Amino acid sequence: MTTLAGVFSRPTRPTGIWSWISTVDHKKIGALYGVTAFIFFLVGGLEALLMRFQLARAEHGIISAEVFSQLFTMHALTMIFLAVMPLSAAFFNLVVPLMIGARDVAFPRLNAFSYWVFLLGAFILQTGWFVGSSPNTGWFAYAPLTAESFNPGKGMDFYVVGLGVLGVSSVAAALNFIITIINMRAPGMTLMRLPVFIWMTLVTSFLLVTAMPVITVGLIELYMDRTFGMNFFNVEAGADVILWQHLFWVFGHPEVYILILPAMGIVSEVLPTFSRKPLYGYPVVVLSGITIGFMGWAVWSHHMFTVGLGPIANSVFAITTMFIAVPTGIKIFNWIGTLWGGSIDLKTAPLFAIGFVFLFIVGGLSGVMHAVAPSDAQQQDTYFIVAHIHYVLFGGSIMAVFAGIYYWFPKATGRLLSEKVGKWHFWLSFIGMNLAFYPMHFLGLDGMPRRNYTYPEGMGWDFWNLVSTLGAFVLGIATLIFVHNFFRSLRKGEIAGDDPWDGRTLEWSIPSPPPEYNFAVIPTVHGRDPFWEQKHGSGHGVHAPAGGAHDDDEEGHGIHMPSPSILPLITSLGLGIAGYGLVYSFPVAIVGAAITMIGVYAWSMEPATAPDEQGH
Amino acid sequence: MMKRSLFRYPLIAALGLFLAVGCNPDSPQSILQAYGPVAERQLGLFWLLFWAVIVIFVLVCGWLVYTVIRYRRRPGQGIPEQVHGNTRLEITWTVIPALLLAAVAVPTVAAQFYITEPPADADQMTIEVTGHQWWWSVVYPDSGVVTANEIRVPVGKAVVVDLTAEDVIHSFWIPKLAGKIDVVPGKTTSMWFQADEPGEYLGQCAEFCGESHAWMKFRVIAESQEDYDAWTQAQLADAPQPATEAETTGAQLFITKACIACHKIEGVPAAAGIIGPNLTHVATRTTIAAGVLDNNEENLRAWITDPSDFKPGNIMNRDGLAYMNPDFALSDEDVNNLTAYILSLK
Repeated sequence: MTTLAGVFSRPTRPTGIWSWISTVDHKKIGALYGVTAFIFFLVGGLEALLMRFQLARAEHGIISAEVFSQLFTMHALTMIFLAVMPLSAAFFNLVVPLMIGARDVAFPRLNAFSYWVFLLGAFILQTGWFVGSSPNTGWFAYAPLTAESFNPGKGMDFYVVGLGVLGVSSVAAALNFIITIINMRAPGMTLMRLPVFIWMTLVTSFLLVTAMPVITVGLIELYMDRTFGMNFFNVEAGADVILWQHLFWVFGHPEVYILILPAMGIVSEVLPTFSRKPLYGYPVVVLSGITIGFMGWAVWSHHMFTVGLGPIANSVFAITTMFIAVPTGIKIFNWIGTLWGGSIDLKTAPLFAIGFVFLFIVGGLSGVMHAVAPSDAQQQDTYFIVAHIHYVLFGGSIMAVFAGIYYWFPKATGRLLSEKVGKWHFWLSFIGMNLAFYPMHFLGLDGMPRRNYTYPEGMGWDFWNLVSTLGAFVLGIATLIFVHNFFRSLRKGEIAGDDPWDGRTLEWSIPSPPPEYNFAVIPTVHGRDPFWEQKHGSGHGVHAPAGGAHDDDEEGHGIHMPSPSILPLITSLGLGIAGYGLVYSFPVAIVGAAITMIGVYAWSMEPATAPDEQGH
Repeated sequence: MMKRSLFRYPLIAALGLFLAVGCNPDSPQSILQAYGPVAERQLGLFWLLFWAVIVIFVLVCGWLVYTVIRYRRRPGQGIPEQVHGNTRLEITWTVIPALLLAAVAVPTVAAQFYITEPPADADQMTIEVTGHQWWWSVVYPDSGVVTANEIRVPVGKAVVVDLTAEDVIHSFWIPKLAGKIDVVPGKTTSMWFQADEPGEYLGQCAEFCGESHAWMKFRVIAESQEDYDAWTQAQLADAPQPATEAETTGAQLFITKACIACHKIEGVPAAAGIIGPNLTHVATRTTIAAGVLDNNEENLRAWITDPSDFKPGNIMNRDGLAYMNPDFALSDEDVNNLTAYILSLK
């Protein structure tokens, strides 16, 4: 049956479009994730700007109620599932094998599959804009507003199928990274020597594998209701619609940590490097990350404080939510402890990381205010919450993502991003972010509910809405400045060299950009900051086995890397077709499923590494 | 160094000013002005948390900013001491937040029970509110009064509100009187509030419930017991008979244009619909369209002419024969007559 795989002659070219389509190289896949996610970040930002424009003044009739509903729903879905999550995935891909001293992830083709499935899921989710019916119930999609009778358009079908397909991508990628991190560490890199970013990747991956099935259950039930008239959320048939909320938030709260833990990991790498000190209290930082991962499962009902679950349930979830602030606080103290006594080089990457810590403190503190269930009954569903989530998601995740981009861009491309432009980017982001989101606290306390497409005059909301809109546009300008910096530095940036930041971890010990095989010689690790210890001494560090391994030489000849394959793309195309089929027509779904099955079969027959001419 | 510190103080002062002047407690839905015990309890907790959080913010962010400024890299600086941690310090900053949070948990739990139901010895009454896309029906089970979008209550009385929804999930919220509780189809949820001063308190649906969610408002009007009793008596009467020619024509149009399919008017046997608000005494309400428009002739005319202009997607516009069937369409004169009739429903 090798002939089935042989239908497509195996692609071999190292450059050009085809090399990207068939790549299984974690660095290229990381770049694909990063660029795609950043484009969606711009789309989500445009949606936000449209909403802020509408809200700039009272009864500003620019955008209709229906379009506004689609905008706030898609803004959240785009930013969460198509921007922040895949941006994290981009870092996982680019950095994890380099940091643990591996030549690729455990399953390179599965990695490519994850990316293509993500891209197709993203297309499905965004289809609504092209057919005039996007999801319009908020990203939380509370039943029964999602039922066919209240929501006859195709929008919610795109929501169900799009998130379902994205879930496949997330679970596949997460399993891949769990296995990579557990099995492919360089010799000597024990778990308690893992860089914190790798630890956070591991915790995030476990959260993905466990949380995604929960939302999938809800999505399938919703699909059954909408497509086959079943009664999971049909009140008239006796359903309890609160079931959806539990399913959604049992997924949704771990999801919050899926968004923030990678950011915490990035910051835990950037701050030590630029203050030239090891991470303060490494074991506690790791442990609090794991604790947050576990406790993320015990707080979901704080999204439901006003549902009427009763005073006992509310009290329990208020207390668990308060206590998740403890490990979060520990992390913040340890980051500041890392900076304390250091030699802090205020380049753009650490500025973003310090900005993250500052803004995350603000968001964390308003989070503690929300944990107090009785007074949260006043704040719930107001702009106070909108302020909170943007402090933790923009001030948190996005600031850390930018820190990571400035930090690892030279490793990925061999060139440095411009520091001068980068500082403009940082300060405009920081000011714009506070201008856009801080006034939302005031609006919330002044009683402005979320998700209102407009508001009447005389409510006292006009001024801060205008300020917030101005801030949002400052953020937009800051982001465009970054885009300019990115493209300019890609061509003309200063040559970085292998180790521009005096790095501490293994990725800085190899060339920038790294060769396809990453490490000519797999290093042996003797400490927590192996490359730093090698450079600056401490008796430990990293060294290559004397004389090198027998089949590797310095130029990497003879290293067998996984060969490019077109099958991940074909397999995921089948899933995408099946997804559209589930929305529009079952026969098409069957065709899609068949393509996927054939793809999987051919894939299982295809050797991971094509034999070379000599038959090795 | 001099230049830096000169720059720093105005920045801190500006930040403080920004924090202080931001809110507008006089605005009609501000939660910072409480007019009843439930809102007061919630506001008290809010202020407790607010000051705790401000102190923590100043300490921790001050520490962060100080650290960054003090330890920024200077030219020619060597490698700093490689400190890996300090167990005692780390235990301290684990235990202190945990204790603070435990301290906050106590009033939290107490308040949670307090806001769930009124004290047993309180002078109380019950009302039933149902959320619809995008208005509220209100029933007073003790007296039998049925109204919509306007809740009259006596000052100083604990009002227990039993809530359910007709269609999708809504959330019932009167910021100056009490925090919100969700209104769920197929379930009954409950909350209570009490107005300590007479006045009009704005309320609004807080859970996204579809296209015109932003316009699902209501009012609570607190008045003296005597005024409240008088209002109750007036509401229990049948609707007044049409007096003028316009009113009489309007009353007929109300039937022939199929308004009766959805709206109930006590005293008009044909008008028994229950899909839309009960209009028996609609002219006594201060607003129409669920707290959106002042109840006057001009607004009524505009509302009847094109409801979707004010509430996109509303059911009257979607399903009402007068709007979807050309045979039932309303002429300008019809609108005038209907307006006259509705204004007579005192």
